[in-house]
Amino acid sequence: MSRRVSYREAVREALREALRADPRVFLMGEDVGRYGGTYAVSKGLLDEFGPERIRDTPLSELGFVGAGIGAALGGMRPIVEVMTVNFSLLALDAIVNSAAMLRHMSGGQFSVPLVIRMATGAGRQVAAQHSNSFEGWYAHVPGLRVLAPATIEDARGMLSAALADPDPVLMFEHAQLYNSEGEIPEGAPPVVDICSARVRRAGTDVSLITHGGCLPKALRAAEELAAQGISAEVLDLRVLRPLDDATIMASVRRCRRAVVVDEAWRSGSLAAEVMARIMEQAFFDLDAPLARVCSEEVPIPYARHLEEAALPQVAKIVAAVQSLMGAAP
Amino acid sequence: MIDFKLPSLGADMEEGTLLQWHVKPGDTVKRGQVVAVVDTSKAAVDVEIWHDGVMAELLVQPGDKVPVGTVLATLQAPGETAPPPAAVRHPVSPSARRRARELGIDPDGVNGTGAQGSVTLADIEAAARAQPAPAPAPVALADRQTEMRKAIAAAMSRSKREIPHYYLAETIPMQAATVWLQQHNEGLPITERMLPAVLLLKAVALALRRTPELNGFHRDGHFQASVPVHAGVAISLRGGGLVAPALHDVGAKPLDQLMRELADLVKRARAGSLRSSEMSDPTITVTNLGDQGAEAVFGVIYPPQVALVGFGSILVRPWVQDGEVRALPTVRATLAADHRVSDGHRGALFLVELRELLQRPQALAQAFTAPQDKPGASP
Repeated sequence: MSRRVSYREAVREALREALRADPRVFLMGEDVGRYGGTYAVSKGLLDEFGPERIRDTPLSELGFVGAGIGAALGGMRPIVEVMTVNFSLLALDAIVNSAAMLRHMSGGQFSVPLVIRMATGAGRQVAAQHSNSFEGWYAHVPGLRVLAPATIEDARGMLSAALADPDPVLMFEHAQLYNSEGEIPEGAPPVVDICSARVRRAGTDVSLITHGGCLPKALRAAEELAAQGISAEVLDLRVLRPLDDATIMASVRRCRRAVVVDEAWRSGSLAAEVMARIMEQAFFDLDAPLARVCSEEVPIPYARHLEEAALPQVAKIVAAVQSLMGAAP
Repeated sequence: MIDFKLPSLGADMEEGTLLQWHVKPGDTVKRGQVVAVVDTSKAAVDVEIWHDGVMAELLVQPGDKVPVGTVLATLQAPGETAPPPAAVRHPVSPSARRRARELGIDPDGVNGTGAQGSVTLADIEAAARAQPAPAPAPVALADRQTEMRKAIAAAMSRSKREIPHYYLAETIPMQAATVWLQQHNEGLPITERMLPAVLLLKAVALALRRTPELNGFHRDGHFQASVPVHAGVAISLRGGGLVAPALHDVGAKPLDQLMRELADLVKRARAGSLRSSEMSDPTITVTNLGDQGAEAVFGVIYPPQVALVGFGSILVRPWVQDGEVRALPTVRATLAADHRVSDGHRGALFLVELRELLQRPQALAQAFTAPQDKPGASP
């Protein structure tokens, strides 16, 4: 028995479950209470749990992320919602220099059991300053665990695992995914890990390695490629830090070719890191140069056609795969 | 960089199958060196290269069938600096290279079908599967004969379609030549004896000095005379069919050398190991029916040549000499010539000159000009 829910509903259910299960858990962020969340994720939670646990904050990311870190140090289990990754830059010092490093700086005396959720990505015509994909930046930082739920199951299941982690966990929800729908089992919530990558579609000729908002595009590309006789595997990274090297390399060894699909800019990107690891660990298994499909290196344009041109698209993924296959089928 | 192209090894040849390379990239080659073996419809021919240099890249692989004129390989001229190695790098994917090592296959010899023309794992495995089959074998004998019949048919049909032949004949006394040969061969082991054919070939070459319009090629509406006489010697093959490879620069060589070269040419023609220059160089064909032949032969010219000289059997015939009928060895010499290039009068002058030369065999034995040109330079 399964039921069909949206990504938004799945995150809301996860929040509700966490709030019910543990009195130390509370949600804090801009417009999460009376407005119900910028993406309507926390709609109804204020009525159910009250203003002590569903807390609207001023427009001060540095302030409320810092407060979340303090609450975590004080024994709470805060879930801080930063409206989008674009605004998290204001809280970088708190996230990187405090949350990520306090365990180290205190010689192991303090841990920061904090979950920060934020929306990421482009594709909604909200212009350059609201369209960035900076999850790869956070994946650079030791001390953070970085998650990118891309399926309904992960949207529903990852939060409880993140809350159970004694160290700070960042969850990146691609804004284009909130309306996507999928099946989850009836009854007990799905149990998922927050340490492994997952093959979402098995294949033999090329591995499409991706995460977050690019997963649906990679799956559609695999569908198109299948019609051309090319069997594409789709690997969902899920966890951007620490990367699950074993699963990545197993997929590359199976397919011998790989295309990394990442909505961030290519230079210094997470895609670059994945490719570098493949070169380090699976060079002799490769049957073609690695390739990647990233965003064009421009501020993401506002105009729809330009925005679409700047982002990874199904056709770009298909073309990249074709160029790797040469004259082979 | 010099292109080494598949030469035409005869008027009837349009394509050839590369059987084998005798060289590899980096080898230094000399002009005239045999570098490859090519299967034409007639024979497996050793193909020579026409430039000194260093082999750069082999572009055609054994087993490939390619048209005449295809670039088979590139060659660096002496002094030419090597291109950067990347330019000739044959991309092989890492996994293909590893698999090739496991299978003992040279990945550089495998055609790439992958990204940027690279050799992939699948290419190596396909090559490994193909390997147990023998390397492209020369066409089987029965096929070879069928092919040769077709090739002769094509060349001879073209000749009769395009070339307006005229024919002349002359009976030539061979008393002096026969006596000279007997004296020359006396006491020599059979293998070193000189055959009449050598005298006849030599006489043809010298006679052509007076009628150069019979020696050369007619191509694209123009006649191009050749200074050296490369006589295409018609050699019948034991399985049927014939070839007419060149005996190079007959006029310039002494008789004993010609005899050695002729014996070698016949042996190699029958063994199927002729050289490319021998197939493409003949400037005139000489067909000699020999002891068991008919009295006379009126031949079909082998394009793009413009003449064919035929000799029948040397027979003792009644011959009037000094007012008396005497029994003398004679030979019927014939000329088939291209009327676009020469006329019957000039043809007759050639036969008369041939007759006179054969009356002075001692002079034939001594007459050889300085080497005029190296084989293969004229076409």
